[in-house]
Amino acid sequence: MFVEAVFLPLISSLIAGFFGKTLGDRTTNFISCAILILAAIMSCFIFMDVALAGNSTVVELLPWMTSGTLEFSWALKFDTLSAVMVFVVLVVSSCVHVYSVGYMHHDKSQPRFMSYLGLFTFAMLMLVTADNLVQMFFGWEGVGLASYLLIGFWYEKESANKAAMKAFLVNRVGDFGFSLGIFAIFMLFGTVQLSEIFAQASVMENTMFTFLGMEAHAMTVICFLLFIGAMGKSAQLGLHTWLPDAMEGPTPVSALIHAATMVTAGVFMVTRMSPLFEFAPDVLTFITFIGATTAFFAASVGLTQNDIKRVIAYSTCSQLGYMFFAIGVSAYSAAIFHLFTHAFFKALLFLGAGSVIHAMSNEQDMRNMGGIWRKIPFTYACMWIGSLALAGIPLFAGYYSKDMILEAAYAAHHSPMHYYAFVLGIISAAMTAFYSWRLIFLTFHGTPRASKKVMSHVHESPPVMTIPLGVLMIGAVFSGFVGYDVFVGHDRLEFWADSIFVLASHDVIEEAHHVAWYIKKLPLLVSLLGIGLAYLMYIKKPSLPGKTAQTLKPLYNVSYNKWYFDEIYDALIVRPLMMAGRFLWRIFDVLIIDGLGPNGMMRISKNIAGTLSRLQTGYVYHYAFVMLVGLVIFISYLFYRILV
Amino acid sequence: MIESLPLLSLITFLPLVGVLFILTIPRAADTNARWVALWVSLATFALSLTLWFQFDRTTADFQFVEYIPWIEDYNISYHMGVDGISVLFVLLSTFLIPICILASWTAITSRLREYMIAFLVLETLMVGMFCALDLFVFYVFFEAVLIPMFLIIGIWGGENRVYASFKFFLYTLAGSVLMLIAVLAMYLAAGTSSIPDLMAFNFPTGWQIWMWLAFFASFAVKVPMWPVHTWLPDAHVQAPTAGSVILAGVLLKMGGYGFLRFSLPIFPYASDYFIPLVFGLSVVAVIYTSLVALAQKDMKKLIAYSSVAHMGFVTLGIFTMNLQGIQGSILQMISHGLVSGALFLCVGVLYDRLHTKEISRFGGLVHIMPMYAFFFMIFTMASIGLPGTSGFSGEFLILTGAFKANTTVTFLAAIGVVLGAAYMLWLYKRVIFGKLEKADLKQMPDLSVREITVFVPLAILVFWIGIYPNDFLEIMEPSVSNLIDNYHLAMHSYNTPQLAGL
Repeated sequence: MFVEAVFLPLISSLIAGFFGKTLGDRTTNFISCAILILAAIMSCFIFMDVALAGNSTVVELLPWMTSGTLEFSWALKFDTLSAVMVFVVLVVSSCVHVYSVGYMHHDKSQPRFMSYLGLFTFAMLMLVTADNLVQMFFGWEGVGLASYLLIGFWYEKESANKAAMKAFLVNRVGDFGFSLGIFAIFMLFGTVQLSEIFAQASVMENTMFTFLGMEAHAMTVICFLLFIGAMGKSAQLGLHTWLPDAMEGPTPVSALIHAATMVTAGVFMVTRMSPLFEFAPDVLTFITFIGATTAFFAASVGLTQNDIKRVIAYSTCSQLGYMFFAIGVSAYSAAIFHLFTHAFFKALLFLGAGSVIHAMSNEQDMRNMGGIWRKIPFTYACMWIGSLALAGIPLFAGYYSKDMILEAAYAAHHSPMHYYAFVLGIISAAMTAFYSWRLIFLTFHGTPRASKKVMSHVHESPPVMTIPLGVLMIGAVFSGFVGYDVFVGHDRLEFWADSIFVLASHDVIEEAHHVAWYIKKLPLLVSLLGIGLAYLMYIKKPSLPGKTAQTLKPLYNVSYNKWYFDEIYDALIVRPLMMAGRFLWRIFDVLIIDGLGPNGMMRISKNIAGTLSRLQTGYVYHYAFVMLVGLVIFISYLFYRILV
Repeated sequence: MIESLPLLSLITFLPLVGVLFILTIPRAADTNARWVALWVSLATFALSLTLWFQFDRTTADFQFVEYIPWIEDYNISYHMGVDGISVLFVLLSTFLIPICILASWTAITSRLREYMIAFLVLETLMVGMFCALDLFVFYVFFEAVLIPMFLIIGIWGGENRVYASFKFFLYTLAGSVLMLIAVLAMYLAAGTSSIPDLMAFNFPTGWQIWMWLAFFASFAVKVPMWPVHTWLPDAHVQAPTAGSVILAGVLLKMGGYGFLRFSLPIFPYASDYFIPLVFGLSVVAVIYTSLVALAQKDMKKLIAYSSVAHMGFVTLGIFTMNLQGIQGSILQMISHGLVSGALFLCVGVLYDRLHTKEISRFGGLVHIMPMYAFFFMIFTMASIGLPGTSGFSGEFLILTGAFKANTTVTFLAAIGVVLGAAYMLWLYKRVIFGKLEKADLKQMPDLSVREITVFVPLAILVFWIGIYPNDFLEIMEPSVSNLIDNYHLAMHSYNTPQLAGL
């Protein structure tokens, strides 16, 4: 069952990819969805068997590479952490598969879409079940490829192609760190096998090694490099620029890859490597800083975006920041808990947004929406539930996980950055609530701003789209409540077993349960304030947003232009590199190397030959004259020898 | 003392039998030459597969050895044999030649017989070079390879073919002259031209430095290493498609093979001494040529520059002097032979249809050539080094080994991996994606059966090496281990007397 669950999506992908055209859209869709649902059912059993009953296992498939002491296999590791991930990935993926049947109904290359989705799901499963770092890297780059293909799915759109490339390349920068981390681990531990690395982790705590010519604390360097990888994949500040652009892809892709699963791979990876990160306190502090800053940054940008998908994208970026600062204060289980609940409600929000876009004839700009909630009540309900869960309103999923993270950040006195994280986390929570309801109010309420033609077409989506929404809705409501005890409550130690490692001095979950009541209520309070403010600005006094933007012009611009990251990168990195390329080619290769080398040689030998050939005039008397001169010299020489 | 069938000689000279056949074909029936060449090269490949199946994977010794005294007074012999390093290159050569012939099926129309003869002769010379165990036999093959290649570029090349072929010839010849001097010097010093004997011979350290440099001049041009790489882009751009395939696929590997066969085992002291030089040049090659590749407007030039960058990884890996690095280098050479060969074939497919290689002339091909887009994507990803493809296996092992040797160098080389993705994806985007707007593109047919036949085996090998590289790592392991052990042993002996003196 373990192997089947992982490889079924690949089979679906191959069938859809190679035989999709022959089988026709309907059959392909049916086969793909059936396979994925089967795999999702398997994942439920795996979850029960591995996570709840505690039967973790490793399935060896095939040796991969053997080079001296470097030896690793294709193998699937199932412990609680990977079982949680497999469950999330397959449930969300199967929902997205089914949803896509409706959403992509008009698209001419639906089998290709199904094939890519299957490929993605397979790569993601390989990533989360990896038992060695190289296989994790395989999945890591595999999801990158699938993401690249899916963002650029509509390849006639120039913007989609650019976004796809950008996603791949920014991720490559992260992978650069990840791969160096793997090399460093192999050098230090002599293995890339997770279990063997973890067994040696505590021994290596104080090891030093030479890196880039400097003597450095090995664990710090390794974890820092690995975290660079996580930053790329999980769109953390600095390497986040690809995520908003990735919204060029079809909406189901955004839900599956850029909200629920792939972007959380960084969170997963750092959690998986917790036995190392625990011994690198400086890196944990850095993670706390980056996570909290990202949470704040992305929320601040989300306030002013007008594209419905971009708002949710920044929201994802921000929530990933929460997960990371939870990791930074060693609350790994809280991070994974939030990953778990977030997957449901964020996928719900995205698919809900997709349903809106579908209803509005592919309109994505919220300025052209409004007043449609009566026409699409189910979608409207989805967006409410998703937003309630995101804002952390009691009884909804986010309430349990997000509050847990904030409480952990507050209680983590061992971490120097924890108050920073807590304060930014609270501010971001207020902003989160604000932009979520801004989205709801702009999209669904007020007077319709779309054209009559569009408005007359507004319709609720077909059941093939609403049923997956319903499944995710259940998750968005109940996953927090149901999961609380096992993920972060009483049963957490038994549940996680040895899949997460936390130093005794870093264990903040227990303390987080005992923080003062007003700390526990604070996130709720600021969320309600945010919702209230959104109500005031977008329902009560619709003139207010424009005025606020006017009075806070500079701040508004910074937020609206996403803190100018793209412009800065373009000026500092992209353009200089292109210029360097042209310079090295035209000046160095052509002028200097060729000029001095072969062409120079040719010129010199031509000149010499030219000079020499001038001697060959062809006139007999010239030659005779030269002979005469030679003869005179020769005879003179002979005389000289005889006389002297 | 040939006990059984002289397998290596058969593989080496079988293509010449094909040449004889082709010579009997009248010019009027020119097209028959294609079939003869194809069948002969396929037979050669089939024969060479016996090496794969019968190769003893437990020993580092030379196998299938043939030894015939040739010029006995001077101790020169016809001596052939393969070990775990060279056997893979022999197979790579015999595998690529039929592909080249199939790729030229319709592209070449003038002087068809001569063209096919050139390729078959080239095969003989390449295989002979990889099998040679006598220094002089090696040198003859090594240099003679130049001739058919020179002709292939100079006769069947593009507009600027004469300039390109002379540039190619001059560069490689300059290196070879120095190498010839070193070859003679080695022979005079050791009194033998047998490569295994020379490996056992202990050259004085001062000699080693000079002879290493002389060999380096030749190998560095072949690889090519920065800054003697500028012949490659011109040669590739002008060469016909199959010429590029064999140039990138096998001829560049002669440099890397040379380092492994001569520099490391025969001059261990000098190899150790020059590690910083090689590391430096390799890293410059990786970053410099990747940046230059970004700026290219011609598809072939772009891939040519990417070859220089990928070969930079190879030289880096060889001089890490550890198992992962060297195994990775050999794997990377095989992989690069397949992948860059395939990429040149991809360019060739377009060139055959539109007679241009300019990137800006294309765009949106996925709409009419989905099969082509599919294969091109596979090889692009392999070139980028996506895990699961051959490109990753080599690069990963090289960098793993290099990290142990020098972290700074690895750090810089890994930047090349990022840049590699940039230029390849950008190329792919400009050619394949986007709207199909240009009128002449709309008429282009997708891959023909012949073209698919060419791509499928390449794709299979790319995945084979990516998913289960152990088949290839196993065959080379004893020889590479032996090479490294001898190197350490030698270095140890250089270091001990000094210690004893203290």
